[in-house]
Amino acid sequence: MSNSAAAAAGQSVALSAGHAQHRWKGLTPFLVLLPSLIALVIFVYGFICVTLFISLSNWNTLKPDNTLRIPFGQTYVDLFSTPRFQADLRNTLVFTVLFILIATLVGLGLAILIDFNRKLFVIPFFRNVYLFPYALSFVVTGVAWRWIFNPETGINLFFDMFGINQLLASLGQAPLKPGWTTDPTVAFQLNGILEQVLGTEMRVKLGIPVALIPVAIAGMWQLSGFVMAMYLGGMTTISDEIREAARIDGATEWQVYRRVIIPLLRPVTISVVIILLHVSLKIFDLVITMSGVGPAFATDMPAIYVFETTFKATRYNLGMAAAIVMLILAAFVIVPYLARSLRQSEE
Amino acid sequence: MFKYGLKLSLVVLALLLVIAGAAVAQDAGQLEVFSWWTSGGEAAALDALFQVYSERVPGVEIINATVAGGGGSAARPVLQTRLAGGTPPDTWQVHPGWELLGQYVAAEYVSPITDLYASEGWNEVMPQGLIDTMTQDGEIYAVLAGVHRGNGFWYNKTLLDANGITIGETMSVEEFVAAADTLKAAGIPALCVGDSGIWATAQLFENTLLGTVGPENWMKLFAGEMAWDDDLVKQAMAAYSTMLDYQNEDHSSLSWDQAVAALMDGKCAFNSMGDWAYGEFVKAGLVDNEDFGWVSHPGTAGSFVIVADGFVLANGAPHPENTLEWLKAVGSIEAQEAFNPLKGSIPARTDVDREKFGPYHNWSMDSFANDSLVASAVHGSAAPALFQQALNDAVTVFVVDRDVDAFAAALVQGAADAGMVAN
Repeated sequence: MSNSAAAAAGQSVALSAGHAQHRWKGLTPFLVLLPSLIALVIFVYGFICVTLFISLSNWNTLKPDNTLRIPFGQTYVDLFSTPRFQADLRNTLVFTVLFILIATLVGLGLAILIDFNRKLFVIPFFRNVYLFPYALSFVVTGVAWRWIFNPETGINLFFDMFGINQLLASLGQAPLKPGWTTDPTVAFQLNGILEQVLGTEMRVKLGIPVALIPVAIAGMWQLSGFVMAMYLGGMTTISDEIREAARIDGATEWQVYRRVIIPLLRPVTISVVIILLHVSLKIFDLVITMSGVGPAFATDMPAIYVFETTFKATRYNLGMAAAIVMLILAAFVIVPYLARSLRQSEE
Repeated sequence: MFKYGLKLSLVVLALLLVIAGAAVAQDAGQLEVFSWWTSGGEAAALDALFQVYSERVPGVEIINATVAGGGGSAARPVLQTRLAGGTPPDTWQVHPGWELLGQYVAAEYVSPITDLYASEGWNEVMPQGLIDTMTQDGEIYAVLAGVHRGNGFWYNKTLLDANGITIGETMSVEEFVAAADTLKAAGIPALCVGDSGIWATAQLFENTLLGTVGPENWMKLFAGEMAWDDDLVKQAMAAYSTMLDYQNEDHSSLSWDQAVAALMDGKCAFNSMGDWAYGEFVKAGLVDNEDFGWVSHPGTAGSFVIVADGFVLANGAPHPENTLEWLKAVGSIEAQEAFNPLKGSIPARTDVDREKFGPYHNWSMDSFANDSLVASAVHGSAAPALFQQALNDAVTVFVVDRDVDAFAAALVQGAADAGMVAN
């Protein structure tokens, strides 16, 4: 899993390199940066190369085997034909969309609520309350939400407590008892259409695994406070004159946010989405503590697959191939972002 | 920020240097034992081994290198890294069979201890079938501390009595289905399963497979002489599917021990589990044959699924003398008698004092002495780790889709990938 760390570290290198260009006064900055540069070259980029090499090798027992696998790249063919990994890619896509959507919307909503009521004396209190979950580790969040979404002892008890199930029973309906993370249903399946187009049977159900929704909610709970803080930071840079001008032009409070402030916050939104994307692409701890691989791999993630394939099945080449695929996924997100911020710092 | 960051990294660097220095300064009077026995009963059992060792070899400092995490999920990566990096612990816990021979012996990470078996007289007191699972090319590579029986079928006796169900000496799948239907009519799921760790239901399948194909075909399957899509195997998969129809609804949110707890609470009646479950009953203060009972998993009477724990001598162990003494201690009668009641297993030696063990363990010892010994795939003895993972993955999907053909195809693929072919 060094690849995801690599992506994050790569980001900071590029940023500090950008600063260094501005402050270039002789050799000192270079010498100061040198140790961390060496460490980065060895432990990040060097190991990415090692990982890539292992993924092409024959190493699939405990004993290292550095011979190249023939035919070249066969491990990647194996990887993409594994139904479990196909399910992982589906889950990553679904989870990413769900998680980013709700975390951004909820974070923005909280930011607007706080910004709108910022003169109230309780606001600093709530600002901290919303931000606190971000200080927790994903492991803690995962365990707590595992309990919350336990079908026997979790929030399902509320359906009894608030009389919803009694109401349903009086109507002759079955009680409401969602399985949450234990529900194997895959909603909105596209298999029927795709199989007609492709003409082959697919082992993996393409659709939205219902069990991912509670996981996305837990992720949202943890990170929406962070999103809120980002937006609040952005809102303080928007001067009151702009708001006043909009009001004088006859905009309602809602229209001020809808037409003026949210569009002005576009750079913040981009940063938020990028940061959330790289969280969701490499997500491991939250999922493994909350739902594990899930029923029929409904909540399995590439990072879990890498871990189990490498250390449980000792298929080092296959695990490393999956890690490289994760790196490429992350690069799709990070590289354009880095290019953009580099371009901005040069201007 | 930057200034503090620099200071912090200097402090961390200094700490790392101190740790590295400490690791280099090794003493002759040490022994490093690597295991993942950290839960209550397991840790106590490991401690009992340490005590026996300390009495035999006073003055040696034991480094107890445990890494917590069920089934060694966190420990194995650490061990693998140390082995690949050439800094092995002196000894670590292993399962015999494939895990020992296929992983550690083939990679030359362990040294043979055949001489110990002769000098300590173990050849006479340990069953040959068990020694064979640790032997390659005439050399023996591990000594076992204890043996678990994997094919136990535990039941809540009070609950069954209340529903007028009596269990004989053995049980067939048909008898289970009949009992399960009676319970179903009373609104009780017959089977307790806790498969949040998928191995628990994989083990249910493994036991059902053994019950259907029998011990001889079992050997053939793992030797590659019988196909994983054989009709008999598919029959076993169908039987497994039938059993799953009677499982508790919340199975995927429970761990194996929570499923045993549900059994004790009377929420469900049967649980297919190795005899580490026995420790759970004892911890809850329940009495053998009164509150709870056991038979072999339906159809597996006459077979003993071995899930054994042993120790090895690392190739390049930093303290080889102390390690040999450790292995002698593990195989000694005192250690076997002290370790096993706490761990819930039976001794690998057959010459222990049976009075020191309760009714279940005496029953298990009889089975061990008389039945066919077969290795467990779910616990890494019968097949390579690669197949073990393929089995777990196939079971994960089968529990939901119940597609026998796809299940069989996945196992055929897994066996081929793992190189399980007839010689």
